[in-house]
Amino acid sequence: MLAAQTAALGPHSTGQHTVTSLAVANPGSLIQSVDWVAIAPPLIAAVAALAVLITDLFLPERHKKWLGRLTVAGLALALIALLPLAGRSPRATFCVQNVAGGTDNGGCSYVADHFALVFQLLALGGALIAALLSAHTVEDEKLPRGEYWFLLLSSATGAALLPASRDLATLVIALEVASLPAFALVALRRDGRGAEAALKFFVSSVTATAVMLLGIGFVYAASGSLHLAAVAQGLEHAPGQLKPLAEAGAVLTLVGFAFKVAAVPFHFWVPDTYTGAPLPVAGYLSVVGKAAGLSGLALATTIAFRPYAHTWGLALAVLAAVTMTVGNVGALRQRFDTRYSAVRLLAWSSVGQAGYLLVPLAAAGYAPTGADPLGATAAYALIYGVVNLGAFGVVAAVGRRAGTSVDDFRGLFARRRWTALALAFFLLCLAGLPPGVIGLFGKVVVFRAAVDAGLGWLAVVMAANVVVALYYYLLWTARLFAPAADGAATGEPVGTGAGAERRLPASLTATLGLTACVAVVLSVAPQLVLQVAGGSLF
Amino acid sequence: MNAVLIALLVLPLLGAALTLAPVFGPDRATADRRALRLNTVVTGAVLLLAVALAAGFDHDEPARMQATTDVSWIPALHVRLHLGVDGISLPLVVLTALLTFLCALYSEKRLPNGDTVPSAQAFVGLFLLLEVGMLATFAVLDLLLFFLAFEIVLIPMYFLIARWGSGAKVPAANRFILYTLLGSAVMLLGFLLIGSKAGTFDMQALATAHGSGLSHTTQVIAALAILVGLAVKAPAWPLHSWLPDAHTAAPTVGSVLLAGVLLKMGTYGLVRVLLPVVPDGTTTLAPYLGAFAAVGIVYGSLACLALARPGSKGDLKRLIAYSSVGHMGFVLLGIASLTPVGVNGALFANIAHGLITGLLFFVVGALKDRYGTADLDTLAGATGAALYGRAPRLGALLAFAAVASLGLPGLAGFWGELLAMFGAFDPAQGLSRPAFVTYMVLAGLGTLLTAAYLLIVVKRVCMGDPEQPAPVAEVADLRRYEAVSWTPLAALTLLAGLWPALLLSLSNPAVKHLLGGG
Repeated sequence: MLAAQTAALGPHSTGQHTVTSLAVANPGSLIQSVDWVAIAPPLIAAVAALAVLITDLFLPERHKKWLGRLTVAGLALALIALLPLAGRSPRATFCVQNVAGGTDNGGCSYVADHFALVFQLLALGGALIAALLSAHTVEDEKLPRGEYWFLLLSSATGAALLPASRDLATLVIALEVASLPAFALVALRRDGRGAEAALKFFVSSVTATAVMLLGIGFVYAASGSLHLAAVAQGLEHAPGQLKPLAEAGAVLTLVGFAFKVAAVPFHFWVPDTYTGAPLPVAGYLSVVGKAAGLSGLALATTIAFRPYAHTWGLALAVLAAVTMTVGNVGALRQRFDTRYSAVRLLAWSSVGQAGYLLVPLAAAGYAPTGADPLGATAAYALIYGVVNLGAFGVVAAVGRRAGTSVDDFRGLFARRRWTALALAFFLLCLAGLPPGVIGLFGKVVVFRAAVDAGLGWLAVVMAANVVVALYYYLLWTARLFAPAADGAATGEPVGTGAGAERRLPASLTATLGLTACVAVVLSVAPQLVLQVAGGSLF
Repeated sequence: MNAVLIALLVLPLLGAALTLAPVFGPDRATADRRALRLNTVVTGAVLLLAVALAAGFDHDEPARMQATTDVSWIPALHVRLHLGVDGISLPLVVLTALLTFLCALYSEKRLPNGDTVPSAQAFVGLFLLLEVGMLATFAVLDLLLFFLAFEIVLIPMYFLIARWGSGAKVPAANRFILYTLLGSAVMLLGFLLIGSKAGTFDMQALATAHGSGLSHTTQVIAALAILVGLAVKAPAWPLHSWLPDAHTAAPTVGSVLLAGVLLKMGTYGLVRVLLPVVPDGTTTLAPYLGAFAAVGIVYGSLACLALARPGSKGDLKRLIAYSSVGHMGFVLLGIASLTPVGVNGALFANIAHGLITGLLFFVVGALKDRYGTADLDTLAGATGAALYGRAPRLGALLAFAAVASLGLPGLAGFWGELLAMFGAFDPAQGLSRPAFVTYMVLAGLGTLLTAAYLLIVVKRVCMGDPEQPAPVAEVADLRRYEAVSWTPLAALTLLAGLWPALLLSLSNPAVKHLLGGG
């Protein structure tokens, strides 16, 4: 976006060039017409963030609850803003104009195509669910409310902007807008753990950004452009002596994105950050944070680095295989009786799931047109987003104090029937086994992408991983229905035993109800989400 | 659209959903009774529907798919709700409906109870979900739906074993589900490869194409992946090691359905998918399948002989599980011969094994209930358990099931294994005759060994001195609910043995259709 603005508006901003700009054949075209409808979704989220920040200043303490509601309303409005864009041809804005005053599609910084809309849906929807989930946590843990909601909305803005951006500068800025507030969100829980988690997250993420910026610098130097489509052309026609620079730049850029997706070997921050962060924030990071990194990676690889498709295709395939294996083995090694084991298990499993999400991206490197397999990633990410946030919601509902272990879930079915059934359903969806039909079909589209691209070995690795993952999901599910252990063994102090039986707060009930209903509806009619995987997204 | 076949799948699904609703009352005992009654009613209705389906089936054209439904479900994946039955699947659908109904009837009186056993509602919910998966496997005509149906049965069966089982039930259940899932995941890869190359997942369209449009390499890879997946389920030696544990730990109804229906899903898949869809690949792999089948036959019977030996602490349920490995070996051998005779024999042996082993597991389960153990040495004591003297009807039924299982002419076990061996004697063109004749000889040896161990079992359990000290003083003879739920199986075993044409006339045209591709 920045690049486009400097290119298009530059002549106006500096007085002495005005004369030259008047000499252009069609001067009217130099005034940027912004397609407000196209940029509405991230814009609404950003405006809501500012509104929350300002309202917080004037709102008396007892009315601060309204900030949460304002956030939810803002995100819902942003989601509604996606509707007019859906099902139409892509709309582009912030375009660089060529001399003739016309625009070519390659020069636009913001494009609201299917890819962007799907990931915006994921980012904003995930943020909405996380916001619903937060309402209770914010009150319970006495987190600073104005800051919390502002940071959440800001981060969601970045995550929503990212999939629509089509130049490297906007991409980096969007990624940072998504990440920077997230560090602060993690740190909001003021105990040692929170600070440590935030620091780990911060250090690894900032390193990633630095590496990525270096890479982008190289790429810009070699290709002469920041627009993704132009970068692809530039790389193809780069002079021989610039080739090594371009390749190094591409590698460094991808390394940066791999950091954000928490792909191995850049996954170490995940378990500690998730356990240290407030639970809704951990859920938010596992879905929206991942979606942001993933969409950026998809854009950079499939558009900008298209000329190197075979190289990054193989690299991503290896990365996917290693990531899913390490994540699942990590989850398998997790002891069920230790504190925080529930969140740690979800953290490791989210690393494993990131591996599955990378499979179609790798397949895109082998596919002839390049864009088709991305639908599988998008569909899987949507499904994963719903059920993973649902699982975090149940963990929040069950362990409304820090450090829930998986063993605390023993006998949940006897205590809270529907909560236990919901969690069982979410876990089976994550494992990809009926009755979690949608999880199963999510896996099927990912498998299909791999098989279609001829990545048979990756499909086999993934099949083995699905079996490994089933084991720990199933052990957890079986805990839910196991007979309740004696009071002492559950780790739940007897005094709060009665408290645990009391009704769930409305916001948690709404979260669980919403995610469970979406998951059930999708299981009956998988086409609703799998249509994304049906055709090309661009 | 055909309402009967759809209702057959929707009815148990609704029943399963109903068990979640708070309609059974607050009192646990009453709720349990009502839930089990619901189970019987729903499975009974399903059985009636299955019988209606069989009655409405056009017996002049068993090769044609009947009662078909074909509507789009997930256009993005080209998945269609394509249902239908022909002469191959109809007997399996009826067998499934019958066995589930008998199990429901039996469990109404005989559900394992205790402190740690969950409520009967949970049992009924899982049981009906299991029935949906089993029926769907035999009724769907789309590869991805077949995979889905294949997976549906896993979770219910897992919990049936892990929560209502006995002994080392949780490790056994884990082993069952992990093995099967690994198999079905590999199978899915084969399906996706076919779908990717042929452009459709529709079994009928693929069968009509009969492998045209798929290169030989594709066919071999796909056939290998599918074969491995289905061989785990069937189970074929050497992928059978989950089966004995699962059977030993499972509750009686679980064992009956596991042996009676779940194993058939594997062999049915071989006939329905492997033979017609990737014929070239199957021809390449058939000799290996035949070899594994022959080894499985001998291995299964040797394992049973070892278990039946005095002093070996053999578990009777485990023994029958190993005998299933042997019997399924015959089914696999028949399929591997790729001839109409062999495949017909395989399908016949499939049904026969479902009836006979179902009966055997019922009887052995009842023995385990009465004695508190299925350990053959404990049961038999010094001279034998003397069931003939102490519980004559139970003893007679066990002896009947045992001789049916060893393949006595005139009972159901005979025809299938005979035809499978005929098939191996004269295998299809392109297969090595000497190899298959060797397999046939091995299978013949297997029948002798099978006869040996089953007779030993009959001798040790049914015969003996009634006066000798026994672990249980009084052994109740056949109870009424037991008689009601077992008699149909015994009667059908006799009927299928005396009138094999009843089944063969159904399967033969369909098999020729599948093998010929037309």
